[in-house]
Amino acid sequence: MTDKSPQSSAPSAAPTPTRLRPPQSVLDARPEHSAQSPLSVHAMTVAYRRKPVLWDVDLDVEPRTLTAIIGPNGAGKSTFIKACLNLVPRATGDVEFWGMPFRKARSRVGYMPQRETVDWDFPVTALDVACMGRYRKIGWCRPVSRSHREAAMACLDRVGMADYADRQISQLSGGQQQRVFLARALAQEAELYFMDEPFAGVDASTERAIVRVLRDLRERGSTVICVHHDLQTVEAYFDNAVLINMRIVASGPVSEVFTPDTLHRTYGGRLTLLDQASEAVARASRGRG
Amino acid sequence: MTTSELVDVLLLQGGRNTTLVVMGTTLLGVAAGLVGVFALLRRRSLMADTLSHAALPGIAGAFLVISAFGMPRSLGVLLLGATVAGVLGVLAVQGLTRYTRLREDAAMGIVLSVFFGVGIVMLSVIQNRPGAGQAGLKSFIYGQTAAMSPTDAVSIGVVAVFCLIATLLLQKEFVAVCFQDEHARSLGWPVGVLDLAMMALVVIVTVVGLQSVGVILIVAMLIIPPAAARLWTDRVSAMLWISALIGGMSGYSGACVSALFPRKPAGSVIVLCAGALFLLSLLLAPRRGVLGEFLRRIAGRVRLATDHALESLYEREIGVEASPPRRGVLLERLMALRGLVVLGPSGPGLTEKGRERGARLRRNHLLWEQYLISHADVAPSHVDWSVDQVEHVLSEDLVNQLERALASRGVAPPTPAEGGR
Repeated sequence: MTDKSPQSSAPSAAPTPTRLRPPQSVLDARPEHSAQSPLSVHAMTVAYRRKPVLWDVDLDVEPRTLTAIIGPNGAGKSTFIKACLNLVPRATGDVEFWGMPFRKARSRVGYMPQRETVDWDFPVTALDVACMGRYRKIGWCRPVSRSHREAAMACLDRVGMADYADRQISQLSGGQQQRVFLARALAQEAELYFMDEPFAGVDASTERAIVRVLRDLRERGSTVICVHHDLQTVEAYFDNAVLINMRIVASGPVSEVFTPDTLHRTYGGRLTLLDQASEAVARASRGRG
Repeated sequence: MTTSELVDVLLLQGGRNTTLVVMGTTLLGVAAGLVGVFALLRRRSLMADTLSHAALPGIAGAFLVISAFGMPRSLGVLLLGATVAGVLGVLAVQGLTRYTRLREDAAMGIVLSVFFGVGIVMLSVIQNRPGAGQAGLKSFIYGQTAAMSPTDAVSIGVVAVFCLIATLLLQKEFVAVCFQDEHARSLGWPVGVLDLAMMALVVIVTVVGLQSVGVILIVAMLIIPPAAARLWTDRVSAMLWISALIGGMSGYSGACVSALFPRKPAGSVIVLCAGALFLLSLLLAPRRGVLGEFLRRIAGRVRLATDHALESLYEREIGVEASPPRRGVLLERLMALRGLVVLGPSGPGLTEKGRERGARLRRNHLLWEQYLISHADVAPSHVDWSVDQVEHVLSEDLVNQLERALASRGVAPPTPAEGGR
């Protein structure tokens, strides 16, 4: 993973807004972009209405690594994941998976959303949820066959939830619900996983189980990108870290990235970044108008 | 009405027309029950309400167009108008929530009432015009199964079969979208298209049901059966069947009543039947029902009281200082019935079974107390209260674990067999 943000993310003072460059020229400017990388993000900017949430993000993720995305609340961590997966529109920039657009790589990419986004009183069992990870493989209009059900069951077993397969999901504890979500992601049999706060609000044994599964995924050749909020455990759980606060402050191996300076710039320097960004937006809109 | 008339209607022998109407309404209930499940799970139930209310001006408008061109009145054209206006209403709600700061509930309230108001005004204009054919338009407001022709009944049947097939085929896809649309989208399901399909099913059911149930109450057919079905089951597939059954039963009974009393508004009768079934479900459903919950709570309290009584009886028996047992004639009788105590003149005495249980409870109490003191650093003087809550819910497995943990520290309380008295 290379951190290119210091050069590229400084908003240009020129009147023509740089973020409106066509993607192709961005690609040309980055010859290091390769089909090896499970995820390459180039010059990605995301805005809700006119407010930028992510600004000019560049990132290449190494295969077979566990990467943590770290930053304060509202730094755009979840938005980063959603923008990669086309779940929120990108203002500019492009995202490639093994050198392909998401549409073509979709079957190789898994997504584990935050636990809070679901109505847990929904009338499904833990096994039903795990089976949802296989729905796409099953295809349109066909019921879940026994072999798919068994595959989903095996995934529940990997996260230690096989005994709870027939429980309605509201009867599970928070940690168990998170494990069911993880089982659903595993059932997708993806090579690149995006996980949004998998460790949020789980008990110690669930945390251990999730870490075990993540390492197991890496062993099997998968790549995992996690939004993570616990600075204490980053070093123990992850190979690489991306410090994000509206843009990438630093990225690379945890030992290199995790310095007092970068952390201060991520968590403490938030106001300055916001100011810079809104200035840049003002410039950009002046340039357009 | 005679009894034989009633039996005739119930057994679908009340003449070809009545039979068709009853069957048509039943099928309508089945279809609405199926489609409503997904509307409920997607939290779009009230959208159906907007849709149906907004359909009224469409019906009136279609009628005006027909009479302007001097065409014969046809139900198909009226329902086409209803569909157009209903969909316009839904689009208006979505537009309002998207482009203004209004929330969805407010937007629905506005669109629903304005469209309905327009419809009422248009109907009154039609009423005041000379000419025939406007009779029966009012039935769209409150619903009237008597206005259903055999062709209508058949078309309802076709719609019901269509809904059945669609929900069976797309159940998996609909569930994925209803459960978590974002995840479904990341998997590559066309969430927008599937949402549209669900909405289209709701539109179809609503429109064909307008005439028999009416624009005001048709939404009940889409909400009440699934809500009642949810009380009985925790699985979507079962919920679909139960909801279809409840919907069908409401439609059937409503139509029967309506056939016997043709002047009663059928819509409200059908909805009342559905409401009665919902109330029954609310009371009787095993896990989520009110009665079941009540009984479980009572059983829990009795168990707790029994445990306390047994424990203190046991403690008194072995001569340990204990709080005097709370006396309760009912509780003592109950314990005697279960063979835990024998009632004597000086109060209850423990049987062998009761003694065993009392000893186990006391041991649980001591174990947990010791655990809190030695592992959780709770002051001995504060331990008792929290123990009283926990000792009753310790599983055998947990007790064994406690035994091991305490034994390893050498602080386990002696077992009763070792002379724990």
